[in-house]
Amino acid sequence: MEVFIAAVIAMAVIGILLGAVIGIAAKLFKVEVDPRIDLVTELLPGANCGGCGKAGCADFARSVISGENPPSKCPVASQEQVSAIAKALGIEVGDAVKKVAVVFCGGDHNQEKVQVLYNGVNDCVSASLIAGGPKGCSYGCLGMGSCARACPFNAIEIVNGLAVVHPDLCVGCGACVDTCPRDLIKLVPQDAKVHIYCSSPEKGAAKMKVCSVPCIACRKCVKAGEEGQFTVDGFSVSVNYDAEKLVDTSIFENVKCPTGCLLSEAEHLKIEKAQTSEVA
Amino acid sequence: MSEEVKQEVPVAVEAEAKPKAEMLLPKGDELVLSSSPHIHADEDVQKIMVKVIIALMPALFAGMLLFGNAAIMVILYCVAFSVAAEMIWCKIAGKPLDTVKDFSAVLTGLLLAMNLSAGVPWWLCLIGAFLAIWLGKQVFGGLGHNPFNPALVARVALLIALPKYMTSWVPTKFMNGNVGSYAQRFFTPEAWNNVLGEQLDGITCATPLGVVSTTEKVLQNAQGVFANVANPEAYQQYFLGNMGGCLGETSAVALLLGGIILILFKLIKWQVPVFYVATVAIFTAIINYFFPGVTPPALFHILTGGLLLGAIFMATDMVTSPMTKKGAVIFGMGCGVITCVIRIWGNYPEGVSFAILFMNALVPLIDRFASKKPFGYNVRDDKEGAKA
Amino acid sequence: MSKSKGLTFKGGIHPSKDGKALSSSAAIQDAPLLKEYQLIIQQNIGAPPKLLVAKGDEVKKGQLIAEAGGFVSVPLHSPTSGKISKIDSIPGPMGIPVQAVVIAADGEDQWGELMESMDWKAAEPQAIKDRVRDAGVVGMGGAAFPTHVKLSPPPGKEIDCLILNGAECEPYLTADHRLMMEYPEKVLEGAAILGKALGVTDVYIGVEVNKMDAIDTLLAKADDYGVKIVGLQVKYPQGAEKHLISAITKREVPTGGLPMDVGCVVQNVGSAAAVADAVVEGKPLIDRITTVTGEPVKNPSNWRLKLGTPVIEAIKFAGGVVCEPGKVILGGPMMGFAQKSLLVTVTKNTSGILLMKKDEITQYQSVACIRCGRCVDACPMNLQPGSLSAAIESEKFDLAAKNNIMDCVECGSCAYVCPSNRPLVQHFRRAKAEIRKITKK
Repeated sequence: MEVFIAAVIAMAVIGILLGAVIGIAAKLFKVEVDPRIDLVTELLPGANCGGCGKAGCADFARSVISGENPPSKCPVASQEQVSAIAKALGIEVGDAVKKVAVVFCGGDHNQEKVQVLYNGVNDCVSASLIAGGPKGCSYGCLGMGSCARACPFNAIEIVNGLAVVHPDLCVGCGACVDTCPRDLIKLVPQDAKVHIYCSSPEKGAAKMKVCSVPCIACRKCVKAGEEGQFTVDGFSVSVNYDAEKLVDTSIFENVKCPTGCLLSEAEHLKIEKAQTSEVA
Repeated sequence: MSEEVKQEVPVAVEAEAKPKAEMLLPKGDELVLSSSPHIHADEDVQKIMVKVIIALMPALFAGMLLFGNAAIMVILYCVAFSVAAEMIWCKIAGKPLDTVKDFSAVLTGLLLAMNLSAGVPWWLCLIGAFLAIWLGKQVFGGLGHNPFNPALVARVALLIALPKYMTSWVPTKFMNGNVGSYAQRFFTPEAWNNVLGEQLDGITCATPLGVVSTTEKVLQNAQGVFANVANPEAYQQYFLGNMGGCLGETSAVALLLGGIILILFKLIKWQVPVFYVATVAIFTAIINYFFPGVTPPALFHILTGGLLLGAIFMATDMVTSPMTKKGAVIFGMGCGVITCVIRIWGNYPEGVSFAILFMNALVPLIDRFASKKPFGYNVRDDKEGAKA
Repeated sequence: MSKSKGLTFKGGIHPSKDGKALSSSAAIQDAPLLKEYQLIIQQNIGAPPKLLVAKGDEVKKGQLIAEAGGFVSVPLHSPTSGKISKIDSIPGPMGIPVQAVVIAADGEDQWGELMESMDWKAAEPQAIKDRVRDAGVVGMGGAAFPTHVKLSPPPGKEIDCLILNGAECEPYLTADHRLMMEYPEKVLEGAAILGKALGVTDVYIGVEVNKMDAIDTLLAKADDYGVKIVGLQVKYPQGAEKHLISAITKREVPTGGLPMDVGCVVQNVGSAAAVADAVVEGKPLIDRITTVTGEPVKNPSNWRLKLGTPVIEAIKFAGGVVCEPGKVILGGPMMGFAQKSLLVTVTKNTSGILLMKKDEITQYQSVACIRCGRCVDACPMNLQPGSLSAAIESEKFDLAAKNNIMDCVECGSCAYVCPSNRPLVQHFRRAKAEIRKITKK
């Protein structure tokens, strides 16, 4: 019995002593942390994707508090989250435009006309180093999924050899932009719903030999649209995302693209979705 | 009446102009695109496995000759169960059956059989095969990913789980004759008393190493017993394989023949077996010279136990041994030291399996530190690599 | 010279299928004149040459049609006389379309004005270097580095040794072999001229001992030019510059360094012959010797092809094919580039056009490394390809960089011996590209 009591007392004394040591140490070596950092980190989405350019959400919170970035720089945060942060800190929301990624190519396996048998590593960067990759078009999407693997939000799907971004899942963090060896992915404003899905600078006739949906720079869309809505660069045309009046789906009432590369986001997704059901 | 001789007017037949051979031109529509190099050596995994199996043949035949039908059955069971284990795993994991087709499962089965006593029951072969393939190889990711030698993983696991079966050594077919002369070498002290009047086949026998290890603990001066098991006639028997032990490890001559085949075909790094056996020889020779009562002479250690099997076939397994030559030397020496330590001072009579498994664990470390200096490093003062 | 076993380096492989027997006894033939040549504009490492002609211009054979675009650049000359029909993009040897000058030949093949013949023994080294540049000579063994730049090392780099690469270690290729057999004096004179330009007296030509006839042919005249012929062991990649230098002079080029860091300059024998043509006869570089070979080719042979000859035409010269090829390679089988299109044209560094049958092609598989260590033994740069490729597959590029991936010369010896058929060289190319991207940032 004495042993029991002695053990209990000993444990209690040790416990109190250690507790006191920890308590004193906590006070002595306390690091002054700005409590706002934790507050803002809580309000952020917490994806730690690096889309803001900082090393994680806590780092971004620090930069917001120090004034380096506006809260709207976080591409993942919704409008409510951004406003909540701005309100909590008493600062301006900022006016960063919400962006999404788009893969500017429409050449899935059904569209490409020339195909070479490729035997090697199943990765876009590796494949592009071997004679420019197996697709006939040397500027098109290789469809091996390097961008899909890089996306932290699984927003990119490889459909029949073409990478397609799902705009509802994409938050515009930009991780995919660097991975593409052909630089096909660009971040565009979320409001832009019409795109020209071709990035090849080749002449129209050369492009038609290797793909059935290239941009042949016929300029029908340029003429049908308003001034400044399209940019003509050599043998390819692209939508001007900085235009005063962004191109919208109303343009399809005035023009039908002869090759089918000028598409609305929804139409592009629909075509590619149809591919999956065709392919075994 | 004059016969009208119809003179055949030769019709000028133009020699059929042979059409000029059309030049066949390539269309270039079925071209394959791949990285250089575009040619390849005539070697693949299957060929390597087959060659290793051929090198194993002498030892397998020796085992079958020495231990008879029981050995043949053990070998067949082990191979069959290993292939079955591999196929089941591949089915479950959804992997293609490449590792069955390239004979790696067959090889694992054969090596496992070499490590078992000829008297083990069939269900022990089954457990062993599944342990070797599943626990020793597949859980790590399959061929090439395992850090430990699969057959040894199975042997050690069985030894610890079922020690009685794993140490019931069957006498060889050539041990019938003068019982007395064999008795002191090969029979446990208890069995020795029961030897007369009983069938030889029904008695388990001890291995020479087993005798040595039990003797050391019992007797103060073990030299006398050592002399019984470590003399020139005994060595002759050991060399041929006429002793107790696993069915693949007894015949030194067959194993050495297999080793020569492996080295000639460049299937293994010769540094591993040579440095392994040499280290054991030197270590035990030194100990035996200074303390002859502690351990028998070096030749005994080389010819008995699983040393030759381990050094030639188990330690040299490509996947679990170092990739560099310098690393192979370190690996061999390390195995040698640990084997001797376990044999002389450890609780187990045989240390080869544990030594090899221990060194397998160190292989990634050895590879990191035993690499060659890249070309062009000798001349630089700083150790920076080439810039982009 | 040591004829017996030949000098060598550590590592390397011995390809079992040599393939040289197909064309090693075929004497060089001059290619018939074609109706059209598509001359790719950028045929050198460095800055692309600047075009001086336009559509519709008449040109003579050897006429300057593009001038050098900088110091590390060379001019381009027309391979035949005719008219510029257009400037267009055609499939390039690296798979990406490139700009080319399309020349419609007039059938006369008439030379324009040649440069003056130079008495090189009395000339200034700088004059020789200028002539080499004006003739558009680049490294014809495959690198296409402007030769005059190699001959002008920066101050501080003392050069005491010139080595000519006659090893031709790649299987199937015999162009350099035939060049040495049929034009030994040109090669030797070129060697001597290059020696004069560099100011060195130690001039070697390294030849593998499987070309004893070439060695004997060169030896007969070598002393007249003060050139030493060295026999090299038959091994791949004996012709890689660093290993050539290590075999002949026992000097090791430091990592990240160049041959000039150890006082050596290496040139291909084809480049030396082109230099001799440029200096002695005043001819610019407009054609080269190429081996058209492979099992599918009807008559494997060596041809003097004009630059801008489409590959399909070159195959026609060699009698066409006996079966549809499964692969078309520009260069040799170990380091050559597989092609997508038969319309790609011959450039200054196209040493071979190799066709392969469909069943000869080895399939790469992405299976696990069995750690056999054959790649470690084969690597001539003493790297560990097995560990490097495992790191790259896990995308650990910094680990690969730490283990000296940037020293890899992409010779392909490791992938050649790998029993698992892993695409090692492709992994290394990718890793090097990613590391360059990271260090550029």
